[in-house]
Amino acid sequence: MIEVEGLTKRYGSHLAIDDISFSVAKGEILGFLGPNGAGKTTTMRILTCFFPATGGSARVAGYDCFEDSMEVRRRIGYLPENVPLYVDMKVDEYLSFVAGVKGVDAGATADRVARTMHECGLEDVSGRIIGQLSKGYRQRVGLAQALVADPEILILDEPTIGLDPNQIRDIRKLIGELAGARTVILCSHILPEISMVCGRVVIINKGRLVAIDTPENLARQLHHAATIFVRVAGPAEDVVAALGGIPGVREVEVEATHGDGANGYVVAVDEGADVRRAIPPVIVEHGWDLEEIRAREASLEDVFVELVTSEVAA
Amino acid sequence: MNPRNLGLIYRRELKSFYTSFIAYAVIAVFLAITGYLFYNLLATFSVLSFQAQANPMLAKQYNLLNVNETVVRPLFGNISMILLLMMPLLTMKLLADEKKSGTMELLLTFPLRDTEVVLGKYLACLTVLATMLAGTVTYPALLYLWGRPELMPIATGYLGLFLLGAAFIALGIFTSSVTENQVIAASLAVGMLFFFWLMSYSAVFASPDLGRIISYLAVNDHLQSLAKGVLDTEDIIYYGIFILLFLFLTLRAIESGRWRG
Repeated sequence: MIEVEGLTKRYGSHLAIDDISFSVAKGEILGFLGPNGAGKTTTMRILTCFFPATGGSARVAGYDCFEDSMEVRRRIGYLPENVPLYVDMKVDEYLSFVAGVKGVDAGATADRVARTMHECGLEDVSGRIIGQLSKGYRQRVGLAQALVADPEILILDEPTIGLDPNQIRDIRKLIGELAGARTVILCSHILPEISMVCGRVVIINKGRLVAIDTPENLARQLHHAATIFVRVAGPAEDVVAALGGIPGVREVEVEATHGDGANGYVVAVDEGADVRRAIPPVIVEHGWDLEEIRAREASLEDVFVELVTSEVAA
Repeated sequence: MNPRNLGLIYRRELKSFYTSFIAYAVIAVFLAITGYLFYNLLATFSVLSFQAQANPMLAKQYNLLNVNETVVRPLFGNISMILLLMMPLLTMKLLADEKKSGTMELLLTFPLRDTEVVLGKYLACLTVLATMLAGTVTYPALLYLWGRPELMPIATGYLGLFLLGAAFIALGIFTSSVTENQVIAASLAVGMLFFFWLMSYSAVFASPDLGRIISYLAVNDHLQSLAKGVLDTEDIIYYGIFILLFLFLTLRAIESGRWRG
């Protein structure tokens, strides 16, 4: 559905994105991950035909973003990063306007607008002035304008930025529900968001693509074996020594110190070794209290930090 | 160009002029100032008329008891100056505000041609201009109730004012397309309009050929002949070219903005 090849964009002498290639299949939700300023928005702006690339090609639904920009634009619903809306318009008025310019038949507009407002939970505010809505509702209006013409492709740039936790959960749920048959690109620097909704993840840093895979595979690629988190009430130095003595344990680190004498320890384990059963007896033997023990998998966050920081080091 | 898209942009923009009260403010101030000017011109005219009634010699000396020459033509001149100051206030937000608030990004990724966007906004401004001028029709209408002004110079004068205002708007959209700051857009527009206005002063000191060129380029000289009732295609072509030139430059400014990112 979306094919990007060797995409490059320069602003003067500054190279914003450098030779990025990826493709998105129909119906897929692709996460686009990177620290702020990595080139996420630049890539999205090229895909949505806001500006042309300096080099390389981007094709959407078989149409070139530069040559056949009108065909591409008709097929894309775009929510830009800061959710720019006409603040002096009413919600239903604005959605009808967008439906109109996106080519929804005049006769079908009212119906499409009503359906979209229902999907996005905007029925209560349909007659309100956009400028007077809360941030959460504005975000929904932004999402609604992207959806109103029922596009094949949705491009959402940081759709949950600046929302409170409840609103974030609502919007994520909405995105998950709306995806369905649509192809979605979701840009974010919030990792749980990506690992929650996306089938595949592209990680970019400083304009270059550093990884592309499923969140699980990316986590697996990290050659870190699992680590174990333990919370024990006991003298820190002795605990570290005791845990370090267990066969298969590579390293023990004190993670968090609390006033009540219970500390958290991160136990790094050699690959293949499972020491979870060996830990409790050792603790009990010394007469300390074991308050918590759990295995820790490498999260997308670890992958991200690893990839991005190793890039910086290189 | 798709007429439906043009209509959608036009209606959105026009509605926004009214919901944001910009149109009301501009129209009200415009009518208040022009109304005051009309009152003064009329009062002067009536004082002169009384004097002339008492002293027929004066009437001959003044040779001014023509309501078209003493009231209508100076009024049109005054209105044109007020337009110069007020049109930039109407146009300054058109593109600058879209850029500043980021709505330009959505607008330019909708399946719309740049021409539809610019022309839709332009036509919305023309509509506000037409409303402003329509409000001033009461002044000649009052004259017509108690006097016998010639109608033809009034009609061509209004055509001239409309074309002049349309030219100001085209220039205003252009300055709004080169910045995202509305104050800069308005200042540039006022500055450029004054330049096109005052350049006729230099015509006096230039060589005859150059003088003719300069005075042809000056934006207000063309209104003068229209306000006298002279309907010359040369003047209409001048305004047509002026408008097309600045709309064209606006489109180029938007396109260059795209390439620069």
